[in-house]
Amino acid sequence: MAKYLLLKHYRGAPAAVNDAPMHEWTPEEIDAHMQYMADFAQRLQGTGEFVEEHALAMAGTFVRYDGEGKPPVTDGPFAETKDLIAGWMVIDVDSQERAYALAGELSAAPGKDGKPIHEWLEVRPLLSEQLVSTD
Amino acid sequence: MDADRLRDLIPQVIAVVVRRGADFASAEDAVQDALVQLLRTDDEPRDPKGWLVTVAWRKFLDATRSESARQARELRVHTEPPPGQAVDVDDTLPLYFLCAHPSLTPASAVALTLRAVGGLTTKQIAEAYLVPESTMAQRISRAKRTIGDHRLDEPGDVGVVLRVLYLVFNEGYSGDVDLAAEAIRLTRRLAAQPSLAGEPEVRGLLALMLLHHARRAARTTAAGALVPLAEQDRTRWDTALIAEGVVVLRGALSQGRPGEYQAQAAIAALHADAQTADETDWPQIVEWYDELAAHTDSPVVRLNRAVAIGEADGPDAGLAALAEVDEATPRRTAAAAYLTEKAGDRRTAARLYAEAAAAATSVAERDHLTKQAARLRHRAD
Repeated sequence: MAKYLLLKHYRGAPAAVNDAPMHEWTPEEIDAHMQYMADFAQRLQGTGEFVEEHALAMAGTFVRYDGEGKPPVTDGPFAETKDLIAGWMVIDVDSQERAYALAGELSAAPGKDGKPIHEWLEVRPLLSEQLVSTD
Repeated sequence: MDADRLRDLIPQVIAVVVRRGADFASAEDAVQDALVQLLRTDDEPRDPKGWLVTVAWRKFLDATRSESARQARELRVHTEPPPGQAVDVDDTLPLYFLCAHPSLTPASAVALTLRAVGGLTTKQIAEAYLVPESTMAQRISRAKRTIGDHRLDEPGDVGVVLRVLYLVFNEGYSGDVDLAAEAIRLTRRLAAQPSLAGEPEVRGLLALMLLHHARRAARTTAAGALVPLAEQDRTRWDTALIAEGVVVLRGALSQGRPGEYQAQAAIAALHADAQTADETDWPQIVEWYDELAAHTDSPVVRLNRAVAIGEADGPDAGLAALAEVDEATPRRTAAAAYLTEKAGDRRTAARLYAEAAAAATSVAERDHLTKQAARLRHRAD
């Protein structure tokens, strides 16, 4: 088993095929989208491949150390051009192929006009904590 | 065995072990260990409280003996009382005070209260707050170190206890522990303490919890989407809980010493009293918000008051009241969107809803506000 992070972007990923922003959808289309996402997560819990998921607030700030005795420097709110993560799901699957297949299903969530969004999801393997002996 | 009944025993068992000579921190640890052991066995002891006292005391002695020899010598002065039925006094109140000690952070007080007064295991508390069990264990032991120098019989601050219980209540539900129900259970026990009969705010908080809890089934759809108060199916409100909440509130108000929890409970009771949203007595709700503001003048109270004024005196009056509320108040934009729509400006309301969705603090709230914006855009065009 290997863990993968599926990253969903508000901004910064290549444009989706069906790229209408959510506030242009109808309430029913929004409901259908939410239901699809919830069903997907529930199905993965059922197959024993779901680890966790989190949505992130849209606002955020860059913060860094500014030297002894000084308060940290903030650079803030994110600029309009910044890559913006919307949230993530961690899955635990048998193969990279399976991870890609699931990301593809998630990307097929319905959007405007009930058509699949085809959004780009970033798939990142989590580094294992274990030392694997190779000799 | 019945988990609630078992959990009710925990603070009493801790008190017995403390009376026998253990310090609070060690007693609490020993009782937690005994509780976890009891939860793992299938057969219920005939006298669970006596069993817990015996096992916890033994665990306490073992733990202490494994520490330094000096402590062991000191301990020999405590001879173990004969086993048998523990005295049945409810000395839970000092534990409420200690676990909600003003020196603790809210998160620490909540965790310690749930464990020592609520009788939950560390694992259950960790699940309820979605943190690793080791994190919660550390939070609890740090909390115990913080109050290490305080004795169980010190007088406490009931106001702090109520704040802690209200925090637990508002955390809602995750994992297999229903924190709202747990908060109600703990507040019920507190309200039953004879020495607090003269504290109407205790019963005010209990009433507030009961009246809010009564609406829970109607508050979300099966899929977890928010249902605003005006759109809730009122037949799904729990009438028994509402009736109890109203009785408890009347008893509190009759003491003639109103406070913030009684005022909030009165507002909840007025909502519960309306058969339909249109029958809501908004002018009286505004009056209670004024009362509430006299006790706790927070931006959140002013925000809710502005919305109530919008219902009582029309959206323009509501927007005028909202203009007085600090810009940074959470949900202010959502309230502005709601009142702006009532005032007839759908286009601006849609923009405000979208703005509010971007600032939402929960998934359910974000989705709800996004859909409000979508609804208006599709009707405005």
